[in-house]
Amino acid sequence: MEKVLFLAHNEEGGGLSRACLEALSAARDLAQGLGAELAVGLFGGEVSGAAEAIGGCGAACFLAAAGPVFASSRYASDAAACEALCRASGAGLVVAAADSRLSRVLPGVAQRLGGRIDTHLTGLWVKDGSPAAARWFYRQRMVAEFTRSERPWLMSVESGCFEAFDGPGAVEPEPVAVDLSEACKRTEVLGLETPSADEQTIRPDAELLFVAGAGWTKKQADGRTHVKEAEGLILDFLNRTKASLGSSKSLVDISGEGHEVISYLTHLHQVGQTGATPRHPKGLAACCHGEEPHVVGWRFIGERRAINLDAGCGWAQGKADVLYVADAFEVLARLNELLARA
Amino acid sequence: MSAGFHIVVCGSLVPDPLQTLEPIRGPQGPGLKNEMMLPAILDPWAGHALFEAANLAASGGKVWLLSMGPKAKLQQVMMSVAQKAPFELVVLDGPAGGFTDAHFTARALAEAIEGIAGLDRSRLLLFGGWQSASRGAGSTLQMVGERLGVLDQFQGVDEIRVQDDGAFVVKERVEGGGYLVSRCAGPPAVLGWATGNLPEPPNNPQLGMANMRLIMPALQRAEPVPAEPGGLSFASVELPKARRETRLVKDLPPAEVAADILAWIKS
Repeated sequence: MEKVLFLAHNEEGGGLSRACLEALSAARDLAQGLGAELAVGLFGGEVSGAAEAIGGCGAACFLAAAGPVFASSRYASDAAACEALCRASGAGLVVAAADSRLSRVLPGVAQRLGGRIDTHLTGLWVKDGSPAAARWFYRQRMVAEFTRSERPWLMSVESGCFEAFDGPGAVEPEPVAVDLSEACKRTEVLGLETPSADEQTIRPDAELLFVAGAGWTKKQADGRTHVKEAEGLILDFLNRTKASLGSSKSLVDISGEGHEVISYLTHLHQVGQTGATPRHPKGLAACCHGEEPHVVGWRFIGERRAINLDAGCGWAQGKADVLYVADAFEVLARLNELLARA
Repeated sequence: MSAGFHIVVCGSLVPDPLQTLEPIRGPQGPGLKNEMMLPAILDPWAGHALFEAANLAASGGKVWLLSMGPKAKLQQVMMSVAQKAPFELVVLDGPAGGFTDAHFTARALAEAIEGIAGLDRSRLLLFGGWQSASRGAGSTLQMVGERLGVLDQFQGVDEIRVQDDGAFVVKERVEGGGYLVSRCAGPPAVLGWATGNLPEPPNNPQLGMANMRLIMPALQRAEPVPAEPGGLSFASVELPKARRETRLVKDLPPAEVAADILAWIKS
């Protein structure tokens, strides 16, 4: 009989991230569909809070690799912890969230276990008594459904594809010993660099994604560029709506070409072929003129609207629900006025 | 202190992102329609890794570009890549498509690295993209690293700063636009690059000529690496079909457009 292990790490505050709670739902559904036993494996500095947050998930056992040495996200110690948890559980199927910490370590763990891994899954179910999965290929341009015969099979699931599990309960995780050699401690985590609240423009949990295109830096009707004005308008809009900011590749690349740029834009904002494919319920694009590379970045946006001066814009036609043919500078200025009054 | 680094950059070719891609099912499993005819480029993230490697090795050290793909297409792609950075090419004549199992690719790459003459593994920095524009799994490098016994691994790297004592500080992307900053005691290490901080270098024909003198023999020497049928089985591969009915709103004053957008945001 198959056994499913849900693998997760605690957050700094002690609980589990939303992405991990969604992955737990995927693992539970899979275990139920297969009639398999569910196990939970947690690693991190202090995991009791995380265990209690999901104590009601129905797992047959809770395993923990915890301690100060596992508090920071370091590959070598994370890999050792995950390997020990997988071995202790004896699971043939391992499900985890595709967050940065787990995405970095899980492939190496699969290699150590002699197993296989599939990442960024957007679907996971049971078909003909076996697990089946879906994920996108070629930068979200085509989707495949597949299965595997090899075990252990490690899987990481994308956020936004499953309901977050909600079922706390009292539970005492069973500690698992981890063999951590000195060679695993050559890397020291110095800390996190995060933008201050005022500078934070990438908000993965935002309701709205605002995508800025290169048009913001082009000459306007008066024959001049208005980059500083664009910078202020966009930032004002983001601060008032708490939207997340995305950018087309062309706008980000301008910074490397010596042109006047929107100062707070970096490659981290880029969506599309070589950027992110974020998941938000709504998306508003302004001054974007690309088609396929940008559409890829919008693959997982629910409702989409665009502001553009070109009614035939390939970015919007067939991809956006509504295309406003208007001057984005004027619209955003009016929108900010309305938001200030609201 | 980068003088001693031996940097192996793993990177293969992908279809030009502006091409229309269509999946087909062949005898070996899924693939792309007219795959051999599609214009190809070096995977963008591998390109970033290569430029960062060349920058790091500029004051010493050496860069190898390890690439698995159809030989004829690699030759085509190398004509332009060779003009960007100095490197020695190591070629595996095998599949480069997105549906190839990462486990198979990792094993082939690790074996090839073990066979590189003159490579000092104690000075090894294994570079590559943290994802690719084909499979996009973000898993091959870690498995190659594990096979080579490298325990210091970083993914989503945008910066490496080498210190006087040979250690280096690495910045990795994490959620919410932040960075995880770590200090590693030194090589060997695996770094999966995001975009890094360097612009694409301009073409340098002289550099291209110098590189091609080694690239052509490397292509001729390339050993075939046949794909292995593993336990991975594809039920379907499809293009997304949804095309939206776009409602055009024009000839409205900006204030009314703004009001409409605000109502939508709040709905």
